[in-house]
Amino acid sequence: MTADATLKFFSNTPAIDLAGVEERVVRLTRRSIKKDSKVQALKLAMSMLDLTTLEAKDTPGKVIQLCNKAMHPHDAVPGIPPVAAVCVYPTMVHVAKKALGKSKVKVAAVATAFPGGMTRKKLKVQETKWAVEEGADEIDMVISRGKFLAGEYTYVYDEIAEIKAACGKAHLKVILETGELSTLDNVRRASDLAMQAGADFIKTSTGKIQPAATLPVTLVMLEAIRDYYYATGKKIGMKPAGGIATSKLAIQYLVTLRETLGDGWLTPSLFRFGASSLANDILMQILKQQTGVYQSIDYFSKD
Amino acid sequence: MKKRIIKNKISPLSFNGGWGGSYAEAPESADHIQLKDTYDLFINGKFTAPSSGNYFDSINPANEKRLARVADANEKDVDKAVAAANHAYEKVWSRMPAAERSKYIYRIARIMQERARELAVIESLDGGKPIRESRDIDIPLASAHFFYYAGWADKLDYATPGAKSKPVGVAGQIIPWNFPLLMAAWKIAPALAAGNTVILKPAETTPLTALKLAEIIQEAELPDGVVNILSGAGSTGAALVNHPGIHKIAFTGSTEVGKIIQKSLAGTSKRYSLELGGKAANIIFEDAAIDQAVEGIVNGIFFNQGHVCCAGSRLFVQESIANTVMRKLKDRMETLIVGDPLDKNTDIGAINSKDQLEKIKKYVKIGTSEGGACYQSSCSLPSKGYWFRPTLFTNVSQSSRIVQEEIFGPVLSIQTFRTTEEAIEKANNIPYGLSGGVWTDKGSKIFKVTSQIRAGVIWANTYNKFDPTSPFGGYKESGMGREGGLHGLMPYLEIQH
Repeated sequence: MTADATLKFFSNTPAIDLAGVEERVVRLTRRSIKKDSKVQALKLAMSMLDLTTLEAKDTPGKVIQLCNKAMHPHDAVPGIPPVAAVCVYPTMVHVAKKALGKSKVKVAAVATAFPGGMTRKKLKVQETKWAVEEGADEIDMVISRGKFLAGEYTYVYDEIAEIKAACGKAHLKVILETGELSTLDNVRRASDLAMQAGADFIKTSTGKIQPAATLPVTLVMLEAIRDYYYATGKKIGMKPAGGIATSKLAIQYLVTLRETLGDGWLTPSLFRFGASSLANDILMQILKQQTGVYQSIDYFSKD
Repeated sequence: MKKRIIKNKISPLSFNGGWGGSYAEAPESADHIQLKDTYDLFINGKFTAPSSGNYFDSINPANEKRLARVADANEKDVDKAVAAANHAYEKVWSRMPAAERSKYIYRIARIMQERARELAVIESLDGGKPIRESRDIDIPLASAHFFYYAGWADKLDYATPGAKSKPVGVAGQIIPWNFPLLMAAWKIAPALAAGNTVILKPAETTPLTALKLAEIIQEAELPDGVVNILSGAGSTGAALVNHPGIHKIAFTGSTEVGKIIQKSLAGTSKRYSLELGGKAANIIFEDAAIDQAVEGIVNGIFFNQGHVCCAGSRLFVQESIANTVMRKLKDRMETLIVGDPLDKNTDIGAINSKDQLEKIKKYVKIGTSEGGACYQSSCSLPSKGYWFRPTLFTNVSQSSRIVQEEIFGPVLSIQTFRTTEEAIEKANNIPYGLSGGVWTDKGSKIFKVTSQIRAGVIWANTYNKFDPTSPFGGYKESGMGREGGLHGLMPYLEIQH
């Protein structure tokens, strides 16, 4: 990669005005989603979930339970879709793959020395290849934030491109870890860089750093995806992750998605929620819409 | 033969599918609203039948149904109100300790806050504006104006350092239909704080919140005659302007009527302040935060159906980003929901009246016949009521009538520019000078450009922001005098050095 290429990365990157972004977000959150629209949104959100467990103390048993939940969120009520994917560490990929069997639920593996990414490129590529060999359909990589913040954009670009090559047929989600990027201008630059380097999805956060996903950050990333689409015709996916625990918030994300990128992105193939506790809140809300009353959390499986 | 590279055409984004094409209805309830069948004139603290016995209908522009009958005030009624206001001024209000005046004004502000929901719903019913705006902007700002000026009432010595001040006397105040309660607040609050009494004439098509304000004034036990509210049409306003018992006229409305008022008042001892039309330039530079600027364009022209004197109705986009801005603007317009003003998801409500709708249609016709390229969003419109789609005009020039004249509707004219000097020249090349907007990420450019635009209010990287502490008013044919802030007290004070 040459110096010229570095210049090219940001040739179409506009400035971002924080006050303007926040004002737009407030307006989007004022949309009132009721009745049929609410039920549709809740089911859509369910189908877009990457049900996640990323703890060092994870056991095969816990991952198997999570996979069951992913395939059968609440069979007592008909019409609730399975989630999009289960997101685990590479060591758990084979467990998840086996548990999910022939279902359509995908296995996503975090890789590249998640969550810090503080290791050499060669090892990240190796880890990615291994996760794919284990059966991962999707790879959630982290960018080298240190290099990005130091202005070494070519390094970050090359790393993403090499990981993408290592993914083979697996989809690549690039985690920007926006909570460490400090400004929305950086979020926009990192989004543009990741898309040009070959990301299939761009993702806000690991969930290990605060703040994780926020609506302003997500809006800026969606706008980057929109500009990239108009420039290239390619549709890049978006995954906010971390901190989205309630249906109300999930619906606000969907409104933001719909009014920024349109109907074409209202699909699990182009939008995901990285979350764990959101599933049960969505279930509670769907049942509330059907029965008119809230049920105790004890009526929903905690997996 | 050379092979031509055929670029794949990228299809535009679609915003009208998914979720059943639109969001389910989410109407704000109007069940708790109490509207009387008939409203009389509010004179000397009491609702009084008009001496002519005539009433007119106030209708809901979203469904053309009558909301209430409202009294039509004539010269006799104006006489009565002027007598009551003079009596209240001389015997009560101007003599009252300032801190006491301030208590009354605070009380009005608080009751408005308590009844905010009711006022917001009535404002949307009567005027057609979306509940999102009446709830989040009109009503909170109206009560904020009373709160702000209540604070000034006992601090007037500090408003005029080195000098003493006295109230002017009785103020006749005539307000427009675009922000009915907010304009009433802009007028009444500073007048009362400065020790004046008032006669307010709300607009013919939107009198209801002003009459609700009369009820609030009764509830606040404001002394009789301090505020009088006379509904009526142009002739009522003329009777006010020409009445010898009035000491000051405050008018917000069209430049045309403003000029008539100015002529009527020439040679009299009456003071006056005028807040008139506008045709603001909203200038987007190539280094602007583009997505946020597009939002500013939308807020600038489509806020309140474009019925805004400071609307950013002339857009100037720097050449190099013109195509990008146009595409983004069109995409954003597709997400604007036009319809029931009481629906919480409505972005653009009903056009205020049939007359105004005709006027907007007339201008769009003129724009097209002048060679302008018209673009409208694809949204559906309700079958009953007065509606107009968000509209853009390109291929227009400074000489186009739709660029020069105030349309007062959701119609934006768009021109491009190459240099900063060109943008400034075009921005100023207009008889109006009320407001303007500048969008750039460069602080130095903000200072350079805003200092050269001849307008009373200029926003940088935002648009249509209002605050009681900030003065508002225009250059040139946009009026004289300022409302809001410390400056807003001055039209209501006689200053003695």
